[in-house]
Amino acid sequence: MSESNWEPKIVAIVCNWCTYTGADLAGTSRMKYQPNVRIIKLPCTGRIDPVFILKAFERGADGVLVSGCHPGDCHYNAGNFHARRRWMLFRDLLDFVGIEPERLQFSWVSASEGRKWVDVINGVTDAVRARGPFTGYQAINKEFVAHE
Amino acid sequence: MKIGVYICYCGENIGRTVDCAAVAKACAELPGVVDSVDYKYMCSDPGQNIIKNAIREKGLQGVVVASCSPHMHEKTFRRACSDSGLNPFLCEIANLREHCSWVHEDVPAATRKAIDLVRMAVEKVKRNGELEPIRVPVTKRALVVGGGIAGIQAALDVANAGFEVVLVEKEPSIGGHMSQLSETFPTLDCSQCILTPRMVEVYQHPRIKLLSYSEVEKVEGFIGNFKVTIRRKARSVIEERCTGCGLCVQKCPTKKAPSEFEQGLAKRPAIYVPFPQAVPNKPVIDRNVCTHFRTGKCGICKKVCGRDAIDFEQQDQFVTEDIGAIIVATGYQLYSISKKPDDSAIKGYGEYGYGKYPDVIDGLQFERIASASGPSSGEIRRPSDQKEPKKVVFIQCVGSRDEAKGFTYCSKICCMYTAKHAMLYKHKVHDGEAYVFYMDIRAGGKMYEEFVRRAIEEDGVKYIRGRVSRIYPSGGKYIVKGEDTLAGEPIEIDADMVVLATAMIAQPNAQKLAQVLGVPYDGYGFYQEVHPKLRPVEVSTAGIFLAGACQSPKDIPEAVAMASAAASKALVLFGSDQLEREPTVAKVNEATCIGCFYCQKVCAYNAIEVKEIRDRKGNLVKTVASVNPGLCQGCGTCNATCPSKSIELLGYTDEQIFAEITALG
Repeated sequence: MSESNWEPKIVAIVCNWCTYTGADLAGTSRMKYQPNVRIIKLPCTGRIDPVFILKAFERGADGVLVSGCHPGDCHYNAGNFHARRRWMLFRDLLDFVGIEPERLQFSWVSASEGRKWVDVINGVTDAVRARGPFTGYQAINKEFVAHE
Repeated sequence: MKIGVYICYCGENIGRTVDCAAVAKACAELPGVVDSVDYKYMCSDPGQNIIKNAIREKGLQGVVVASCSPHMHEKTFRRACSDSGLNPFLCEIANLREHCSWVHEDVPAATRKAIDLVRMAVEKVKRNGELEPIRVPVTKRALVVGGGIAGIQAALDVANAGFEVVLVEKEPSIGGHMSQLSETFPTLDCSQCILTPRMVEVYQHPRIKLLSYSEVEKVEGFIGNFKVTIRRKARSVIEERCTGCGLCVQKCPTKKAPSEFEQGLAKRPAIYVPFPQAVPNKPVIDRNVCTHFRTGKCGICKKVCGRDAIDFEQQDQFVTEDIGAIIVATGYQLYSISKKPDDSAIKGYGEYGYGKYPDVIDGLQFERIASASGPSSGEIRRPSDQKEPKKVVFIQCVGSRDEAKGFTYCSKICCMYTAKHAMLYKHKVHDGEAYVFYMDIRAGGKMYEEFVRRAIEEDGVKYIRGRVSRIYPSGGKYIVKGEDTLAGEPIEIDADMVVLATAMIAQPNAQKLAQVLGVPYDGYGFYQEVHPKLRPVEVSTAGIFLAGACQSPKDIPEAVAMASAAASKALVLFGSDQLEREPTVAKVNEATCIGCFYCQKVCAYNAIEVKEIRDRKGNLVKTVASVNPGLCQGCGTCNATCPSKSIELLGYTDEQIFAEITALG
């Protein structure tokens, strides 16, 4: 795709019980949002290995969203707390190596929050669009390979 | 690999925004795809036959159905696969409807996205393994949480079908809000007369174990195999010894506590039975009020009790019950319209003066005033001076349908109960005047509209369409200022009493209980059903069902119908000895496991066990983690935690997810 009609690629890694169902609700309610997001469904955000996020960037994602149940509402009691901790650390790490924090976002979206899902997706898409295409991963990766 | 891709138009639902034929064409080119077909309704019989025939004729090793959300039809298509000999877990769904066609408008962009979604699913399904369902036994015993009319109905239905029920009620007596009502619309049946026989039936039923004054503390396990810990709050009365003679209640010198049952319109002693027909008819000591607990003196109740049933030392006790299905029937509370704390998002109705003016009351308080068992024995008397009010104003939608000060939803029952209140008032005070301020009259239901017409036409209740802006006292009366929007002019009524039809809202501890049970709830705190139309009594946690107003505002017939529905869902579960569980559980690779047991630390279900691996001579080689598939719920937190990548969540393995991400483009 040429520079002029570039569209950001967003990967959303979500849990099955809250956010995936919330996104279903947005659909059932015929709410509209930007078509840039591709959803990866996991049973729980606790299943998210930070390497998934890295892999998404490697495969050309310009932004990644992680979303699950609100604190206390996890279908599996505490998976989202593990996810939150990992995500916090991982975002700091990405920030440290020079990836803009806007590219890795986190939001709680419950099964009844179809409207919030729409707002979150539009928000993430706009924020990433403002940042432009993400080429940082390739740069970091080259450096890493060079070191080896 | 031989993968088949089946793209559904869902009539026009997908086809309108996604070029399904183009998706089918593009997907036919994907590596491994040997069959790519688009069809109008994939879930229909002919649609499923396309898939079934292809599995048999083309020897498919994986199927991707691009259709609606997997929450809708994943089961349907998995069954289609297993019908023709393909392991059902070799079927993946690409969500083209809820996540694509319904939320986008641009056809080329939606079509591109659809192709991406299918490609991701194809890459995943190539790496899916054949899984066999896990079978677990079913404990045929139900827990009902909440002893209002919904909980009572559900408990009786399950028990009458021949299964044991544990009924937990947080108050000292079952009966709920229905026991407080005077008469019920639209038949004007006496509420207690129809309810109390049911309460007694619960108490005497050989298969119902009633735990009153108790709360659910902890829920472990899963459908068919819950372990529920219940806190039996200290009653300070030994239930087994107490005969319910009531002598202690009579003799208690502390008689100044506001009665919860009478909505604060009467006083009760420190040791009390909430109301005369309470079930169980055993008193409880309110330790915050009791002189003995406050000062260590008194103890009269203990002295007068002939059965030595008073136990001041009693502590909360915990009991554990094995349960197969849980029915949640925790009901509602009324929105308290008095002043709200400043940080509250809900502003309340300070201008109506509820809580400040004694004769501005809510609907439940009016029920007590109108009730034959109430503080004025059924005669209409206003709280401040016990005089008969000659002019009463009823205000509807206080807190309901009001985004600015209350809740956006309609509480559904207020139109009816206000008509009933006005009618009861007119029946008892013949020369009185009743005014109703309303926004709309919503009287959908059998004989409901007729009931409201009766209030207006036969009993002469004056209905005014409009809102009330302010209420203030003046010379023993209350000036109600409002607007008659049909006449287009302001209106002022000098009322003796004002009754506010306040919103039905979720119980104060609804969210806390939801978290204990693992039940999702909406923004108002009402419990969330799986599907608003087709699965209205189930929640996303299998084995838990909803009944009554804990799900949304409801009247009695609806709550009862829902309770019977929830009971029948529990009975469906009890109809089989074993149930199948999704085999998407964690599995340990014993060869690479280093036995660090990080997985055990993050597991919320105690599903990780320690396994010793020994050689032929019995020498310990190493200790590894092992998953108990009966306990594992398949969240996958262990999978993400394992440093040596030795534990995998079947169905969501690293390989599958990396393949999905790699397929992004």
